[in-house]
Amino acid sequence: MTFLRQVAAIIRKDLTAELRTIEISSAIIFFALIVLIIFNFAFELQVGSQEIQTLGPGVLWVAFAFSSIIGLGRSLAVEKDKGSLDGLLLTPVDRGAIYLGKVASNFIFTSVMEAITLVAFIILFNPPSLSLLLIPYIILGTLGLSAVGTLLAAVASGTLIREVMLPILLFPISIPLFMAVIALTRHAFQPASLLDISGSLSLLIAFDVIFLIVAFLLFEYVVEE
Amino acid sequence: MSRLSNRLTDLLGLTAFALIIIGLYMAFLYAPTEVNMGLVYRIFFFHLASVAAGMIGIVVVAIAGAAYLRTNARAWDRVAEASAEIGVMFSTAALVSGSIWAKPIWGVWWTWDPRLTTFLILWLIYIAYLMLRASARDDARVARFSAVFGILGALDVPLVIMSSRIWRGISPVLFQETAQGFTFGLTGEMTQTLFVAIAAFILLYFYLLIQRVRLEEIRDEVVAIKRQLAAR
Repeated sequence: MTFLRQVAAIIRKDLTAELRTIEISSAIIFFALIVLIIFNFAFELQVGSQEIQTLGPGVLWVAFAFSSIIGLGRSLAVEKDKGSLDGLLLTPVDRGAIYLGKVASNFIFTSVMEAITLVAFIILFNPPSLSLLLIPYIILGTLGLSAVGTLLAAVASGTLIREVMLPILLFPISIPLFMAVIALTRHAFQPASLLDISGSLSLLIAFDVIFLIVAFLLFEYVVEE
Repeated sequence: MSRLSNRLTDLLGLTAFALIIIGLYMAFLYAPTEVNMGLVYRIFFFHLASVAAGMIGIVVVAIAGAAYLRTNARAWDRVAEASAEIGVMFSTAALVSGSIWAKPIWGVWWTWDPRLTTFLILWLIYIAYLMLRASARDDARVARFSAVFGILGALDVPLVIMSSRIWRGISPVLFQETAQGFTFGLTGEMTQTLFVAIAAFILLYFYLLIQRVRLEEIRDEVVAIKRQLAAR
């Protein structure tokens, strides 16, 4: 029980900090919108066209990936710079609780960003058919990305070139996640088609479970001084 | 290093060397020419042997990394670093030989087939691992961070294999023959050659690993001696 309360306290702390620096969070959301708009010009996406169904999933996830990496990197870099991570480590809180709290707050923050981006995407491109299944798919994808991203952000924040290091470390590892979640998103864009999604779905769940557990176990080795 | 272990390492090196010579003979002269692909297919013995050594490399990186996190012994970190460097070499060889193989068979240098894709991602993970090692602030951090990343990287490989197979399923399949391993039948001679080639490269991997670890040990000794002299 105390463990869960510790996790909750970390989440509360992070969300409070996030709300107090709302201008940075809104800048990240704005960045996701810019990515969407650039894609519009890159691919000449016609509103409500067939192209949206084939290219939309990729466009959406590139926007999500680029924006979430900024948020992930910041969530631990801020702690390091202000010295608050050392303070956090001095408190009698389990390292695992710090990790899970960070994952949860990153997950919440990324989800809010994705929700706003998704609404903008729907307004801007008007995809012809979109299934509500998209929401659980995005949740599963974001969970895996936050799980491995939080650990690797902690690793990257300890290196000399952390802004560059995080994508270099995170993207190769999360390629299976992106492959699976983009396949699922494509299914949500074309609910009528008989795409076989069982493989992608089990892969995505396997990714989430494996990396949540492993990162939970490894986190203490990264933050220890 | 005791004399016995020196001898054993030499023996390992000599065995690897002998197997490579035998493997070369078998790959070029002993194994019959394949009906559909002709002579080109012979690169496949080197290709698959490099793949095997490249895969072993990342597994050793992860095991040594986990052992380092448990014991905090510098020796394990040396093993992980050495294995990553040699793994990069073998997986680069696998990518290049795969490309050379693909050109005459499929008419292109590169196809996004599951095996090539998997290997490209493994290669990216290796490179990221070495970049991480190069950019961490101090030795203790290098060892801990790279151990953590090595473990994640090795766990990622089976997922990458799974995902690239599924991914093929939804994209247009250009090369049906890659769907289930090798569709061309291996004759008895080919299988024997393949085993010798893989054994030769795996022994070579371990020989290089031992030598690379030893080099790092000597480097550490030199640093320690320099420090002693400076302290005087």
